[in-house]
Amino acid sequence: MTQISRRNFIKTVGAGGALGLFGLAGCGSDNGGSAARAKVVIIGGGPGGATCAKYLKRFDSDIEVTLVEPNASYTTCFGSNWVLGGLANMDDIVQGYDALKTTYGVTIVQDSVTEIDPAARKVTLTNGDTLPYDRLVVSPGIDFRWETVEGLDASTASAIPHAWKAGEQTRILRRQLEAMDDGGVFVMCAPGNPFRCPPGPYERAGMVAHYLKQHKPRSKVLILDAKDGFSKQGLFQAGWKELYGDMIEWVPGSQGGMVDRVDVNTRTAYSDGGLNEFKADVLNFIPRQKAGAIAHVAGLTNDDGWCPVDQQTFESTIHPGIHVIGDASVAGAMPKSGHSANSQGKIAAAAIVLGLQERPMITPSHVNTCYSLVGPDYGISVAAVYHYDEGGIKGVAGAGGVSPADAGPQFRQQEADYARGWYASITQDIWR
Amino acid sequence: MRRHLHKGGAICILLAGIATLPLVANAEVSRGQILASTCFACHGTDGKSPGTIPAIAGYPPEVLERQLKGFRDGSRAATVMDRHAKGYTDEEIKLLSEYLGTLK
Ligand SMILES: Cc1cc2nc3c(=O)[nH]c(=O)nc-3n(C[C@H](O)[C@H](O)[C@H](O)COP(=O)(O)OP(=O)(O)OC[C@H]3O[C@@H](n4cnc5c(N)ncnc54)[C@H](O)[C@@H]3O)c2cc1C
Ligand code: HEC
Repeated sequence: MTQISRRNFIKTVGAGGALGLFGLAGCGSDNGGSAARAKVVIIGGGPGGATCAKYLKRFDSDIEVTLVEPNASYTTCFGSNWVLGGLANMDDIVQGYDALKTTYGVTIVQDSVTEIDPAARKVTLTNGDTLPYDRLVVSPGIDFRWETVEGLDASTASAIPHAWKAGEQTRILRRQLEAMDDGGVFVMCAPGNPFRCPPGPYERAGMVAHYLKQHKPRSKVLILDAKDGFSKQGLFQAGWKELYGDMIEWVPGSQGGMVDRVDVNTRTAYSDGGLNEFKADVLNFIPRQKAGAIAHVAGLTNDDGWCPVDQQTFESTIHPGIHVIGDASVAGAMPKSGHSANSQGKIAAAAIVLGLQERPMITPSHVNTCYSLVGPDYGISVAAVYHYDEGGIKGVAGAGGVSPADAGPQFRQQEADYARGWYASITQDIWR
Repeated sequence: MRRHLHKGGAICILLAGIATLPLVANAEVSRGQILASTCFACHGTDGKSPGTIPAIAGYPPEVLERQLKGFRDGSRAATVMDRHAKGYTDEEIKLLSEYLGTLK
């Protein structure tokens, strides 16, 4: 019970004699007899949803928070490139929900939401049960636009993995790399903007090269890119040269990198209407992306397939009472990253708590940092601080930026150590 | 921010709170807390880092303020804190340091 609520309570009682009207029994009657409190339901136990659950409880422990997530544990995409490179094991990147339950008192429901009813304020689960809410938080991550590439769909992902959702996909890609012969070609197709984790494909290229250099040194890494430039490009390319010589080659979109067709059986990628042909030994195709399926089912998306929100509170501009955070949301200058989702989870939690207390929203502040490992001892980063200004989230001028281009090996080593420290800290801040 | 809460519901929250009055009251969310919460992704929740990034729990506000300003003006060496500290005004540094100083 907050001091504020106590004051409000006295005010409410004083003003209307509300006690007589809303006895405890009356409150309990609409949720089966237990004492009614504000209910927040959260869809998705990834960085966005789990952070929001934890911080709602930290900001106001009286709120009833229910997190709906189909999986018993969560495998982080961050760190999954390190698994591909042989720097970490799958076990190292699995996170659980026990602390949210036992330390913070979040109710975990292991199921999927199939439907959202914004008017009646309830969600439906696969087993047909419904959960009522006062506020809903939607953090479902991404889904793929398979229709933008000929020859691929969800069913081909076991042969041509994307590994852009971690777990089984990561294992498949790692096994394919292990099975590849020395002298083979690893081809990765990188998507057009916007997509989850802008530096992710390029970190992956370095990690795969690290593995190949040790075990299959005559092999090649070929990146076919839908874009003509990418995050931390100068730093990545300098790092690749330094650590892997000519092993990694990048083909920009305007020079034949934009793959529009794949032949699954021969692992061949085609670009520019069949003009260019690339035969792969391992083919890692990362498709174009859109907000997670439930956001589309619930009508929370715009024409581009992402969810527009009030960038101060992350409340949907389409359906009031629903906050969309993480990769699925349109968040101004913020990239789609785990760090962004974590930052947004906190701000949505604050907006919900302050709203329930009928207090004005506090000006939000966000950060993002994407660390990438080019090699085990070679880390680089891009950082930004964001504030809310004139209706949108903008980067604070003069802050942030990428690691210095002229830094020496000691600096790169320190950032590699901090990349691992970041993983330890952010997973604690999200799930523990 | 728009409010779409059922009035009755809000009153019920208060009554339920009275019925199960916890020992520790929830503090009001403050701007300093919002600003400081952005540090926790790297420094751990409440500054209690579990890994290689230094913990910042238990630092007195004056020390935090001095160090952040040192990162901001470049007098203190850093890999990333210089880039972060430049994102905050004197007032914001003061608010977040004061909040962090209340944590144990
Ligand atoms: C290779 C790779 C490397 C990356 N590296 C980094 C990095 O170094 N740093 C960084 O900050 N970010 C990184 N990212 C990005 C980061 O993983 C994502 O931005 C982040 O996971 C987004 O979090 P989210 O909560 O929006 O969605 P998700 O993490 O996708 O979580 C969504 C959750 O919702 C659940 N869900 C979906 N639909 C439903 C439903 N209908 N009902 C119930 N639950 C549902 C899913 O099961 C899932 O658990 C990386 C990504 C990749 C692919
Ligand atoms: C991207 C991760 C990241 C974020 C976000 C971040 N820090 Fe740091 N912080 C670091 C790292 C790494 C260091 C070590 C110095 C360096 O190399 O930059 C550090 C060092 C510090 C130190 C010095 C600690 C010591 O004893 O030397 C203080 C104080 C500090 N940070 C405070 C903050 C505050 C306050 C915030 C939030 C406004 C913050 N940091 C946000 C990563 C981060």
